[in-house]
Amino acid sequence: MTSTVDHLGRPIVAVTGLGVVTSLGVGKADNWAALTAGKSGIHPITRFPTDHLRTTISGMVDFLPSSGKGNSALTEELAATAAEEAIAQAGLGKDFGGPLFLASPPIEMEWPDRFALYKGDETEEGYARLLSVARARNDRSLFESSQFGHIADALSARFGTRGLPITLSTACASGATAIQLGVEAIRRGESDRALAIGADGSASAEALIRFSLLSALSTHNDAPEKASRPFSRDRDGFVLAEGGAALVLESLESARARGAKVLGILQGCGERADDFHRTRSKPDASPAIAAVKAALEDAGLGIDGIDYVNAHGTSTPENDKMEHLSLSTVFGERIKSIPVSSNKSMIGHTLSAAGAVEAVFSFLTMQEGVLPPTINYDQPDPAIDLDVVPNVKRNADVGAILSNSFGFGGQNACLALAREPN
Amino acid sequence: MSARDVVITGIGLVSSLGEGTEQHWQQLTLDQPKPILDRDRFAPYTIHPLPQLDWGLQIPKRSDQRQMETWQRLGTYAAGLALDDAGIKGDEALCATMDLIVAAGGGERDVEVDTSILEQSQTSSDTGVLLNERLTTDLRPTLFLAQLSNLLAGNISIVHKVTGSSRTFMGEEGAGVSAIETAAARIRAGQSTHALVGAAFQTEHPDMLLGYELGGYLNRGDWASVWDRSGAQGGGIVSGSGGAFLVLESREHAQARGRKIYATLGRVAAAGAAPDEAQIAHMLAELDLSGPHLAISGATGVEAITRAERSALDKAGLIARGFTNLTGHLKEAQFPFAVALAALAVSHGAAPSPTEPSEAPFSGTLDMAVATSFGYRRYGGVAALGRA
Repeated sequence: MTSTVDHLGRPIVAVTGLGVVTSLGVGKADNWAALTAGKSGIHPITRFPTDHLRTTISGMVDFLPSSGKGNSALTEELAATAAEEAIAQAGLGKDFGGPLFLASPPIEMEWPDRFALYKGDETEEGYARLLSVARARNDRSLFESSQFGHIADALSARFGTRGLPITLSTACASGATAIQLGVEAIRRGESDRALAIGADGSASAEALIRFSLLSALSTHNDAPEKASRPFSRDRDGFVLAEGGAALVLESLESARARGAKVLGILQGCGERADDFHRTRSKPDASPAIAAVKAALEDAGLGIDGIDYVNAHGTSTPENDKMEHLSLSTVFGERIKSIPVSSNKSMIGHTLSAAGAVEAVFSFLTMQEGVLPPTINYDQPDPAIDLDVVPNVKRNADVGAILSNSFGFGGQNACLALAREPN
Repeated sequence: MSARDVVITGIGLVSSLGEGTEQHWQQLTLDQPKPILDRDRFAPYTIHPLPQLDWGLQIPKRSDQRQMETWQRLGTYAAGLALDDAGIKGDEALCATMDLIVAAGGGERDVEVDTSILEQSQTSSDTGVLLNERLTTDLRPTLFLAQLSNLLAGNISIVHKVTGSSRTFMGEEGAGVSAIETAAARIRAGQSTHALVGAAFQTEHPDMLLGYELGGYLNRGDWASVWDRSGAQGGGIVSGSGGAFLVLESREHAQARGRKIYATLGRVAAAGAAPDEAQIAHMLAELDLSGPHLAISGATGVEAITRAERSALDKAGLIARGFTNLTGHLKEAQFPFAVALAALAVSHGAAPSPTEPSEAPFSGTLDMAVATSFGYRRYGGVAALGRA
């Protein structure tokens, strides 16, 4: 049996449970089947009217009981559904016994609730009316849906996690940050295990319009399943999507001691903030480059140690160009022989959940020895010289993966994932 | 004493009492400190308003100021004060390796747009279509960025060049507890050498008041002390605008830079769910206190939890200072503010004046102070601050 500490003498962090929900379905089996078949989960929006909208497609999760019941309810259900699957796979019971790190979207009271409150009185106007009706109704469920700490509290009670659960946002890198926080807690010896969840059920008309006003979304509305085109010349934005994923992180020592099946290793994490602009990356990609390098260094891996990159690959003109620049800078010529594919070509951008969803898919990639494709790759961008695993899955023996996440606000977080050491 | 002790070398404060450590300490040690209140602007709610600030002092570029609303400006400003105080501002190498953890809610919505849509909704046959029509034409594109929770951290990176890492925790008062607990744990474990941690809250916006009032938590009518709001109308909270940022460092890192240390941050104990008196007592016991000490309490004024906390403090022999009486409730910033004031008290070796008559005087030298924050709905934390 190999050592249970890493190259820096820290406890090695294993993964013993994985769970996922995306627009492709509930659970690893359905998602993996669709993902490797090159199937898209992007579809026309039905949750709200699309009149006047420039984008009318998304990767919303429309098949759960909480779908359409608001950000808080759906995010909680996505998180809980993924966590159930992960904890069951890990063979842990009702009392999880470690901390919870939840990546979830910022919470706001939503328009249908604002309209309903406004109907409650006619004596005052504007926010004064919302305040007086809110006070009179004292609707606990509406109140809780507006509290940033509520979802994690509910999940913590349900799964028996320990201590004050951390809810976090690093925008589109949130899911990766949740995993990183769990890894760090285990390395500090605070706990033998941690539950890291990324969940996002925040697709509302207002959310869509906000991204649309920043020209971030694809407007390829006519063929939704072909809208997300990472690394293609004609990519025109990301596709707003929902999803949830959960990972049971556990010290390798603890996992082996209880005879749990080890699904992989969270070998390294790297992050770096960008001080250039609120939505754009530094033109030389130096923060993303530093984040990738930091992840490799933390993992004790050189550029030859990575067999595949699970790209952030949003399908926005800017991200894919910057991501290519960062990868080609770090890996040099070798990047031409490392396959790089984007799950977002099929599931869209699951925002706060993305880093966790894509980490789950990365572990499945290693486990199954199959690279999910980048679909809709019909017009390669000549400026992006990458092997994107175009359109069709590919068999490959993958020992270690780099998974990238980049977000608004200069957030860059990268994870290095590997198979269990022999 | 150890090289990896967590010490506080920078404090940035803004509240209705003023800005900076000196103004705050001066106000807190007056014979009878007085809250600064605005009873009119959001009547029937009273708030503790922001002081006059010259944003340009900490956010030199007007273009940066324009990209933010008041919440982000306030946080960026308080963060700048802390960096200045620690002698880190403008030091590229130190900023580029500095970790950042911000506790955040959300930013301000556009009241005019919201109000106008609400009004129009009354005569609309399809509010969904109305919403699309109005939001696509009326929302300022960049307002989204002023609302995003992680963009306070983003602005701190842009304005102050803190780029070692950037994490935003959410979840009302508990987010402030986790931010400090996590930053300290990372330093203690050698995962980080220096970190900027804190939060800001801007209450002078009706949507921020609504966040409390959906649950009936705001006080109405006459102002009363947090320890005595049971007879007042409403739920117990009088909110305030303010921010608190701290520079935490390993002792070794601070000493190598030759910096003045305000205080050592000892144990931090946190509570999930909604703690009761027994749990609060247990958390205080975890701090290994000995002798009479001061508690800088972030008590909210919400009845049950405030009573439980006060009772636990009294039984532990801790002399309470409910600073919320003077600043108002600062939500995510409540715990960072409490830790900052406790560090200030320890560095002065003295306690702030009682904020109201039920708070006992503190005599003798102060060697240790406890910071507390228990949430109006859930979560909470306590920390022990000791001499440098």
